[in-house]
Amino acid sequence: MRLENNTKSEWTETIKSKRSFLDLRFKEIWDYRDLMSMFVRRDFLATYKQTILGPLWFIIQPVLTTLMFTVVFGNFAKISTDGLPKILFYLAGVTIWNYFSESFNKTSTVFTANASIFGKVYFPRLIVPLSIVASGLIKFVIQFALFIAVLIYFLLKPNSQIHPNAFALLTPLLLILMAGFALGTGIIISAMTTKYRDFSYLVSFGVTLLMYATPVIYPISSLAPKYKSFALANPLSGIVETFRYGWLGSGTFSWGALEYSFVFMFVLLFIGVLIFNKVERTFMDTV
Amino acid sequence: MSSLSIKVQDLSKQYRLGQVGTGTLKHDLNRLWYSIRGKEDPYLKIGGSNDRTIKGESDYAWALKDINFEVKKGEALGIIGRNGAGKSTLLKILSKITSPTTGEININGRIASLLEVGTGFHPELTGRENIFMNGSILGMRKWEIQKKLDEIVDFAGVAAYIDTPVKRYSSGMIVRLGFAVAAHLEPEILVVDEVLAVGDAEFQRKCIGKMKEVSSNQGRTVIFVSHNLGAVASLCETGLLLQNGNLICVSDIQVALANYASINSNDIKSLEEVNFRGPLIPFLQFLKIEINNLNPFKESIHISPENEISIELKIFSSCINPIRITFSIFKEGLRLFSLHDTPECVFQKGNFISKFSLPAFLLRPGIYTVGLGAYSKSDEWIWDDNVFDFEILSIFDEKNEQKNFGIINIKTISSAERISN
Repeated sequence: MRLENNTKSEWTETIKSKRSFLDLRFKEIWDYRDLMSMFVRRDFLATYKQTILGPLWFIIQPVLTTLMFTVVFGNFAKISTDGLPKILFYLAGVTIWNYFSESFNKTSTVFTANASIFGKVYFPRLIVPLSIVASGLIKFVIQFALFIAVLIYFLLKPNSQIHPNAFALLTPLLLILMAGFALGTGIIISAMTTKYRDFSYLVSFGVTLLMYATPVIYPISSLAPKYKSFALANPLSGIVETFRYGWLGSGTFSWGALEYSFVFMFVLLFIGVLIFNKVERTFMDTV
Repeated sequence: MSSLSIKVQDLSKQYRLGQVGTGTLKHDLNRLWYSIRGKEDPYLKIGGSNDRTIKGESDYAWALKDINFEVKKGEALGIIGRNGAGKSTLLKILSKITSPTTGEININGRIASLLEVGTGFHPELTGRENIFMNGSILGMRKWEIQKKLDEIVDFAGVAAYIDTPVKRYSSGMIVRLGFAVAAHLEPEILVVDEVLAVGDAEFQRKCIGKMKEVSSNQGRTVIFVSHNLGAVASLCETGLLLQNGNLICVSDIQVALANYASINSNDIKSLEEVNFRGPLIPFLQFLKIEINNLNPFKESIHISPENEISIELKIFSSCINPIRITFSIFKEGLRLFSLHDTPECVFQKGNFISKFSLPAFLLRPGIYTVGLGAYSKSDEWIWDDNVFDFEILSIFDEKNEQKNFGIINIKTISSAERISN
């Protein structure tokens, strides 16, 4: 811009009013990886300090939710569970869904919840949502262990109709997809809420509505054909269905649905990172 | 060029005044429309200077406007200015917390900013865990913290509590631990806000000492903001003076301090606005107050410590009983002393003048508040605690030594001799 174009290289860093949309600084995030692990550690350690049940709380929540679903949707509403034991059917849905909903809820308030730290010190802001998604993984592993224990219990029962199969090996991919969705939507919402708080009201009931639009409490096979295409348009449907198909052996599986989810997630995440990257530079002025 | 550590060019920062609401959305859409057509942001052209006392017509204000300066390697730069001058905004931009509206800053070296002590401390985590937490937030790698852990614990003096959650710490311990972590960062450029000044005098001296060591011995660049002009004068060789978002000067610290002293304060009330209380209000009016022949209601008062301080009051009284004028000097809410008219000169009806004087070198550098009033023999009174402020400048010589901590200077007579080997 100015006179000394040739001396630019002498500076290790330049702060400008505008930064290229695509200047995403992934290297900087890598440099701060220790901070990310500190955040994950802090979240895990601090959540249940000074509680009696400690990490047991990670398990109590899905157990109670599953019981509630079993009673309300299974016994009262008599929604089909594809011939699977109700408890197992709902627990599978709750386990994978919880990972998404928790991560999404937390990432959607990143800027407002961390304004006090963000206002005092600089570090790549993306570290915080990334650490939220990572610490959600710890919680998922504990809840997943519960799911496996219940699964084994039902497998050992005589005449069990449950057939875990090779598609269960897709679970890590499903988690990556869920993490990508939670991160993508979460950071878009969090970027919007820095200026307009309206979006934070959307999140609390939006997640619940989204759960009903995703086959968590019902199998896709139970839907009438005209609703089926709507359910399949939801990119989260394929993930939940695949999870259940792999571990329980019922429901539907298609590579197409997964590919659709993957493309959708990638686009969402990309847009999210772009918006987040733009907002993080000035959000302290408006938050 | 290579000896420069920071170069700031045409830096400006605009803030929107008022609340974020539907009007903001309209401006945002308008701005988007301009940027789609490749035009300049329409709101950048407007906006008054950042003078808080005058209500501008625009919704936008410039917190900083066209700032240019350079900082050399190893230099200690002090940023001074009144509240709202733009000091914190400048620090926030340097610290990358917010970005400038226009202009750019070139930086050479790792920059670490301390706008707060102990950022990210979690009350439930132990001292040790928080050292790692805070260190990582400030940009240290885990192994760097590990390497310096003992030094940090030592500097903070909290070895016995290191595995206790910090919520059990006293506030002083938290501050010491926070500063200890920050002090062991090794950035090429250290940006420090005055929040470091929390804590007692001993701790402040330790902080200033550590920063001095960082800048002069280790050749690192320090940028320091404080209202404590004494601390700025002792730490920094260069001063940068801001007023209402504009750069007034970047120069030798003593010159900058003298310029600072000559800037008029915006928040001086008038004599009529002083809130006197008491039964004598209808009977007594202060017509004019002067300190060293200057009117504290027209300009802010900055007195060199080597000058005597004389206060002159013009008063109209319609009191029936004889009255005595009295005033007190306060510093940070503490009443230092009170002075009274001598018992012989009693005033009743009429206009009169009352004079007080304080010896030179009595008060040490700082801001002092004058409380003023009168009372009669039958205990009728009039009084206000906060009539005007004046500042004793931080100019140090043998009679006003920097190492004399405290509020006043006193003459000491001391002797020392060897009594045995």
